[in-house]
Amino acid sequence: MGSILKPRDAREVLDAVAWAVAEEHPLEVLGTGSKKGMGRPVQAEHALDLSGLSGITAYEPAELYMTALPGTPIAEIKAALAASGQELPFEPIDLSGLYGAGEGSIGGVFACNLSGPRRIKAGAARDHLLGFKAVSGRGEGFKSGGTVVKNVTGYDLSKLACGSFGTLACFTELSFKVLPAAEKTRTLLLYGLDDRAAVQALNRAGGSPHEVSGLAHLPAAAAARSAVGYVRDAGAAVTAIRLEGTPVSTTARLAALRAMFEGVRQEELHGRNSGALWAELRDVAALIAAPIVWRVSVAPTEGPPLVEALLRAGVALTGWFYDWSGGLVWLGLEGADPAAEAIRAALPGIGGHATLMRADAPLRTTLPVFQPEPAPLAALTARVKEAFDPKRILNPGRLYAGL
Amino acid sequence: MSLAMPKPDDAAMANLPALVEALRGVLPDENVIVEPRGLKPYECDALTAYRQPPLAVLLPETVGQVASILKTCDSLGIKVVPRGGGTSLSGGSFPLADGILLAMGKFNRVLEVDAENRCARVQPGVTNLAITKAVEHLGFYYAPDPSSQIACSIGGNVAENSGGVHCLKYGLTTNNLLGLEVVLIDGSVVHLGGKHLDTAGYDLMGILTGSEGLLGVVTEVTVRILPKPATARALLVGFPTVESAGEAVAKTIAAGIIPAGMEMMDKPAIHAAEAFCHAGYPLDVEALLIVELDGPPAEVDDLIERIGTLVKSCGAGSIRVSTSEAERANFWAGRKSAFPAVGRISPDYLCMDGTIPRRKLAEVLAGITAFSAKHGLRVANVFHAGDGNLHPLILYDANNPGELERAEAFGADILRLCVEVGGVLTGEHGVGIEKRDLMGTMFNETDLAHQERLKCAFDPNHRLNPGKVFPVLHRCAELGRLHVHRGQLPFPDLPRF
Repeated sequence: MGSILKPRDAREVLDAVAWAVAEEHPLEVLGTGSKKGMGRPVQAEHALDLSGLSGITAYEPAELYMTALPGTPIAEIKAALAASGQELPFEPIDLSGLYGAGEGSIGGVFACNLSGPRRIKAGAARDHLLGFKAVSGRGEGFKSGGTVVKNVTGYDLSKLACGSFGTLACFTELSFKVLPAAEKTRTLLLYGLDDRAAVQALNRAGGSPHEVSGLAHLPAAAAARSAVGYVRDAGAAVTAIRLEGTPVSTTARLAALRAMFEGVRQEELHGRNSGALWAELRDVAALIAAPIVWRVSVAPTEGPPLVEALLRAGVALTGWFYDWSGGLVWLGLEGADPAAEAIRAALPGIGGHATLMRADAPLRTTLPVFQPEPAPLAALTARVKEAFDPKRILNPGRLYAGL
Repeated sequence: MSLAMPKPDDAAMANLPALVEALRGVLPDENVIVEPRGLKPYECDALTAYRQPPLAVLLPETVGQVASILKTCDSLGIKVVPRGGGTSLSGGSFPLADGILLAMGKFNRVLEVDAENRCARVQPGVTNLAITKAVEHLGFYYAPDPSSQIACSIGGNVAENSGGVHCLKYGLTTNNLLGLEVVLIDGSVVHLGGKHLDTAGYDLMGILTGSEGLLGVVTEVTVRILPKPATARALLVGFPTVESAGEAVAKTIAAGIIPAGMEMMDKPAIHAAEAFCHAGYPLDVEALLIVELDGPPAEVDDLIERIGTLVKSCGAGSIRVSTSEAERANFWAGRKSAFPAVGRISPDYLCMDGTIPRRKLAEVLAGITAFSAKHGLRVANVFHAGDGNLHPLILYDANNPGELERAEAFGADILRLCVEVGGVLTGEHGVGIEKRDLMGTMFNETDLAHQERLKCAFDPNHRLNPGKVFPVLHRCAELGRLHVHRGQLPFPDLPRF
């Protein structure tokens, strides 16, 4: 049985990784462990637990940034921002429903680059990491970026660190962009559209000047699982369009959108119901009972054809819904067959990627959890890993087997 | 010239005939330029203080040709400098004596406009503004708008991660890309992203963006296009002090308002701009702020009123609000022509590009005034106030011996001050050759080595744009060496469970 190393500061993180490099002991890098269920299981005798590096070290609301240590709980960050009327614009996903291990830490949010419904307007987690300090798999401390939004000094390693699942370096400090939270939120619901018509409607709304910040569609079966009455009791598919902004603006845009979809049965959600619905969509509540969950990113118009192709191929979907204007497809399946090959074969020729978000550990060991890369790209990925972690010390195998 | 480039490699230069021979049948003859007269127009980019004709200029038209050129150059030891519109202010496409200039101007087609999926697929030589022109009939535009947008290419925008006056609200190039096709130095072609959001695996598109041509050559770009805002209006506000203008900016953001653009000019910049284009700027103020709001008319009117109250509370003198598109354009005319306006009052100028935390504005401007006296050179400041990106324009005359060197020393002082107060060396122009030797003020050797090893992962022989960005060219084998300190876990009191 290996040990859990729990450093208390950046110096101790450096010492721990340097030791692991010298002894060639791979490390499983953890914040609070909330996303251990995502990715391939890491084969490492020792764990590096960063939850001891916790706390907000700088927050300048007027400068629109915050600096925090990687183990800082998300809840603490959200509370501090809310006290100044601000938020994390990319709406980090709360995976506690899917993995049952809490909401997690800010380091994990950026390491996994998981963004919620506002991704279509505000950008992803990776668009908000301004700079960081970290220890690479070489056992060396380094920094990149800064605390200002406009910065092109050197390579933008923040982008690389986001979504690298701790396989290149472990954060010891992160600085990220924050924005004012909207004063008012309204959601327009359209009832009874089939998947194709719904995504068409979403794309029309997204292409309008009404500045939408959420575009999702729940087919009837998924809508029936909502806790929001106007969605659950619709007895039909529910298409949701979110508007955020000043009261005057939100009201005016809602009226314009209602007129745009005249003839379709409509309803509007105000603050509390709106918040509840978009939290459900963000956190995949509709598929919480499915043992297998996939997250697929395609061009918005390719979402419904992908689901149709899977149904035609006989893939036993137990549920599905769309976010990101139809471009993010969440799929639920029974446990027997995760249908990895069928799902990846159904991706459009113009590109896309499928991630196995929930499955038991043996399945996540044998199946490619993340989209396999074509040969030249896979070779480049391996060389990038080599540059930061030549001895495969940090989270080996988490992204791809052998990496 | 005060900036030293790596010593040209004679062996590589001797391989030029071999390169020309290898490319016969790959590239049309007229797309290969080797005569000195033909090379002349390519000897500099927009950092015009530095000139160097390249070994040759190659003008590929297809991805296959780019791949052949890169592979051949790699094997012949010939360096490659990619060039788009040639508008880099930091020398990003400054030629090398022992390298070819890969001019991407023939990649000038808009390949696809996909209105439903809100994206456009274009070749890298298409100008920034041409993308907006290609989609505006459908009600869309491409958001990043560097001031060189008429001439700069989208490929160059990707290489430099270009910004513009609207990036406070809409982000830089990196936030508006969906996909890239990139040719690596070994001739392999990789596709990153597409029309979907978020790339699978490592975010190599994010790394390529802003890599200043050191990692690969972009041959296709898929950008996000945004619906054109329903309306846009601007405020033109004069302040008695720079501090009060800075306070107005901070208060606006603290009030939860993110304007589409917030630009500040100091007194010398205001006077130069007004003399140049008669925009009607007030001349009795110390600082001028242009605040632009865009969106639904109801929202814009509401915010204009809120900001009006707010700037008054900060001591604003004159306040004008645009009531027509013509008036809004007029407010911007002076700001947009600030560079040529300064060019009219001085034979030459250097445009700096540091970013600072906004709260440090007054302190930094005071420092710049002191440096101005120290170096005996005038300066005018324009400032993307919303995001802290400062553009001091240092006025000098290259015909006076030593003045360029003094201007460069002045610029270096400014950038060091930016870093000292918690800012960065470059907000949008890139490091290039111009700020290369200042990288050490922001990064230590370990920081830089972590960036340079990424270069090695893409281009182990340093063929692509060497001599840019990094102050010292380290061999990849040397960078890769791992220094291991074997032994006990060095801190016995580390909690272990």
